[in-house]
Amino acid sequence: FRDSMTALPSQVVPGADPSTRQLCFAWGPAEVLVCETLFGRRGGSSSRGEGELPPGAATRSADPVCCIADSRDGGSGSSHVFVVRKDQDVYIQTLRKLFNESHGIFIGLQRSEEELAGKSRKAQLVQVSKNYRSVIRACMEDMHQAAISTREPALQSQYSTQVSILSAMELIWNLCEILFVEAAAAGPLLLRLLDWVRLHVCDVDNMVREVLSSENPSKHELFWNVVDVFVLQGRMDEARHLLSKEASANPTSMNMYKILDDLMKKMPMPSLGNTQTLTEMELKWQHWHEECQRYLQDGTFASSSHMESICKILLGDEDAILEKKELMTTWYHFLVTRLLYSHPTVKPMELRFYAQACSRIIFIFSTSSMDLFLGGESSPEPLDTILMAAFEFEMHQVIKECSIALSNWWFVAHLTDLLDHCKLLQSHNLYFGSNMREFLLLEYASGLFSHHSLWQLGVDYFDHCPEYGRVYLELHIERIPLNTEQKALKVLRICEQRQMHEQVRSICKIMAMKALRNNRLGSALSWSIRAKDAAFATLISDRFLKDYCERGCFSDLDLIDNLGPSMLLSDRLTFLGKYREFHRLYGEKRFSEAARLLLMLMTAHIAPCSFWMTLLTDALPLLEQKEVIFSAEQTYELMRCLEDLTAGKSDKQKFQDDDVETMKVEMLRLALARNLARVIVKEGTLEGS
Amino acid sequence: SQQVWDKSENGDWHCTASWKTHSGSVWRVTWAHPEFGQVLASCSFDRTAAVWEEIVGESNDKLRGQSHWVKRTTLVDSRTSVTDVKFAPKHMGLMLATCSADGVVRIYEAPDVMNLSQWSLQHEISCKLSCSCISWNPSSSRAHSPMIAVGSDDNSPNILAKVQIYEYNENTRKYAKAEALMTVTDPVHDIAFAPNLGRSFHILAVATKDVRIFTLKPLRKELTSSGGLTKFEIHIVAQFDNHNSQVWRVSWNITGTVLASSGDDGCVRLWKANYMDNWKCTGILKGNGSPVNGSSQQGVFNASLGSGNTSLQNSLNGSSASRYFFPPLDSPRAGSRWSSHAQLLPPPPPLIEHSCDADTASLQYPHPRRRCVSRPLNLLPENEGV
Repeated sequence: FRDSMTALPSQVVPGADPSTRQLCFAWGPAEVLVCETLFGRRGGSSSRGEGELPPGAATRSADPVCCIADSRDGGSGSSHVFVVRKDQDVYIQTLRKLFNESHGIFIGLQRSEEELAGKSRKAQLVQVSKNYRSVIRACMEDMHQAAISTREPALQSQYSTQVSILSAMELIWNLCEILFVEAAAAGPLLLRLLDWVRLHVCDVDNMVREVLSSENPSKHELFWNVVDVFVLQGRMDEARHLLSKEASANPTSMNMYKILDDLMKKMPMPSLGNTQTLTEMELKWQHWHEECQRYLQDGTFASSSHMESICKILLGDEDAILEKKELMTTWYHFLVTRLLYSHPTVKPMELRFYAQACSRIIFIFSTSSMDLFLGGESSPEPLDTILMAAFEFEMHQVIKECSIALSNWWFVAHLTDLLDHCKLLQSHNLYFGSNMREFLLLEYASGLFSHHSLWQLGVDYFDHCPEYGRVYLELHIERIPLNTEQKALKVLRICEQRQMHEQVRSICKIMAMKALRNNRLGSALSWSIRAKDAAFATLISDRFLKDYCERGCFSDLDLIDNLGPSMLLSDRLTFLGKYREFHRLYGEKRFSEAARLLLMLMTAHIAPCSFWMTLLTDALPLLEQKEVIFSAEQTYELMRCLEDLTAGKSDKQKFQDDDVETMKVEMLRLALARNLARVIVKEGTLEGS
Repeated sequence: SQQVWDKSENGDWHCTASWKTHSGSVWRVTWAHPEFGQVLASCSFDRTAAVWEEIVGESNDKLRGQSHWVKRTTLVDSRTSVTDVKFAPKHMGLMLATCSADGVVRIYEAPDVMNLSQWSLQHEISCKLSCSCISWNPSSSRAHSPMIAVGSDDNSPNILAKVQIYEYNENTRKYAKAEALMTVTDPVHDIAFAPNLGRSFHILAVATKDVRIFTLKPLRKELTSSGGLTKFEIHIVAQFDNHNSQVWRVSWNITGTVLASSGDDGCVRLWKANYMDNWKCTGILKGNGSPVNGSSQQGVFNASLGSGNTSLQNSLNGSSASRYFFPPLDSPRAGSRWSSHAQLLPPPPPLIEHSCDADTASLQYPHPRRRCVSRPLNLLPENEGV
């Protein structure tokens, strides 16, 4: 369901009638909420429902929040809200391994330097491709195990579906690896294709195993089928081994077996290394071919139809090969077998002709041994189309068909990225080559972001999309629900590493706001310090001071004591920090330091005027100490502060001041005067002595 | 009335608040950015818009899964039904725009984000036509001035442009009309700017008798003639009449890659562009919540883009394809290696059924009522240079 949105089965409510009800919708981070509305259908007194998800889902302890407005008064009618999600595959538990492990390979590939030239670079890329395939295989195996071990039929069919999809992916990937990544040359190309067929056409393996494990293989009814399978797949040694058993049981036709065995042994094969040239190979081949032809014509194998047909296969006789189509099961096996016995030195660019020729003899294989020959107009299966496009070296067509056919972006995104690293997309002279890579990676990563934990993988994919990766990351990361501080810190770290200042600020702000609303002042303060949000820090400092005035003690002492330089973020925060420092000094009985700080808070106008009265009241106990603490000069300053404060108030305010306030002022004046008297005496004495 | 639903850790949705908001139909609700706390705005037929804030209640309220919403302000400036309300992009601060049936767009600002009961009316824009919808341009780029698009559902027979674009002018400190989409003359019910993604141009979706997507490319500012207003080069990049009826709502996903629209045909349709900017329908949601059919496209494409397309995201064909990959559903025989992916299923079907398969959204959840529609086969797009 690529791009399609698939309703979760549990959310499908049958009976909702599209002909009488309308739908309205709202976007979530990754899903669409759909609900019914009566709007537009019931004539005049219509009503309209509307839903909306908040712009950032990161809003509460719980995930997203949606709000629905509805003007139906009674609230009658079925009000179901459907959650419709895309990229359903992201939620398949067993595919997590695929996503997780391929992520590592992807990152490794992006980091791999392109300094390696020529062969070693190619070897490196082939290795990456093999790693991807082995992840697919591992995943397939897990899925297969899961399918076997479950008893629930629905689950089982779901798993088997996944197995078949994964196995098709691997089949396609392997072919792309041979043709595009490794770009095998004539000669080795055929060997690779043979390996490919042997690896993927495994229906016959059961039969082989059954025959080989029987007591007397040569008497088994499927014996010749197995020999044919080996021959068709070019597994000559195994075929000869089986034949030798039959030969020993049939001494009369020993000679015939010997000749066939000899032919099979002598069959020239292309070599992987550079030990022989193509011309050498072709010469040998011609020679061998003539020899086979000779034996066939002089009727050496006339007495055994089985051996005669094998000899015909060796000669590349199309009809003889086609006769065995049940043993090949697929057209691409047929193609490779034909190449093996007719054109062993096929060049990559010639493949398309042979592939097309094979597909021209259109036949559909099926397990039920129903052979159906269809006319040329029938549309081919997607898998066939994809493989054909690969044989035709139409790389873009392969990617296109795959993205249409497969249910997730994983395959096309990773394959395209690999091909792009092979510099294949550019070499096709298409200006959008790298755009396509990025387009597919963006889609894949966006899908990952809809998952509650896989989104972290998505971050790295976005990092490797030069054009839009950053913006996508910004948009997506803002929607990660920040339901715990821990998660918020994780998201924050990702943003900080990438210098995404606006997102860092926004996350801190959201967290600060959330903490403040829950009355966790300390947390709110530390988040706003992180956000470097001065206005908000001021606001929270005020709340702290207000709390202090009401309760006489501070909360979150640790935080305030350790503000350090961040204290300078806002003047109110500075005051809060300094004021707390005053309390600490006072608590430690360092009175003169405390007194100096207290005075400084007022004279340097760090303290807000509204707080001066509190500060002056705080000075009272210091003034009343046995020991004189404030110097004469300091006392004068204090007196000036007090007068400034009282003079600043209008007469009207003065009248309104209650008795407590007036009494406080009077007490302060008295204490200040007494202190002044004491300090003058003391300072006078000191000077005199 | 208005309801708030929260999604809990385990994915269930709970209604945490439901309360009466207005004395008339509520047309729209919208969330402010969570930076401003839990804030909603609503607008109604009762000629008002309101701002709501969630207050953290007593702890036992939390336990019961309830939350309290209080009305912070009622905006009563409109003399007619308030048809839309939208918060401005967060980089502009806490701002709110409303539009009303008498053709006035009002922009309010809360100068103190901690005090949501104080909103001051900053701008009043007279649009001359009954307004139905507004959309802020979300771009936070400094190159783009604040911009708001206004749609009108005026259905008197005239040929006035039903979509107008207003831009903030730094010099006059006022919003002024920068552009009008002359080609849209039918009533417009919704309008939505796409997320900007750092592009120099803007993308605007319009819900009128069909779905339209426009690009607005700013031209160089001509400071002398138009007093600093930006002029735009406007192109229509897609126009879809698939709803075959009035379209009520358009809305973009987070990254602006998928547009959803709903119409009088009772469907929600999803539109997406491929990497070559060709727009296509990629999904349809119908009344029973299951997607029915995806690749029917009669969309009229901009000729310059070509109507052919290479739909990397041609969508739904996928599921049919995955069926082709299915092995027979008997469990793999013991010891076999996941036997037979390549055993292709028996004969592909007559053409008609086949084309229907291609459109069937999901084989996992087949719906009995789904009908095959005979349609020309549209499986393999021709080679257009991909």
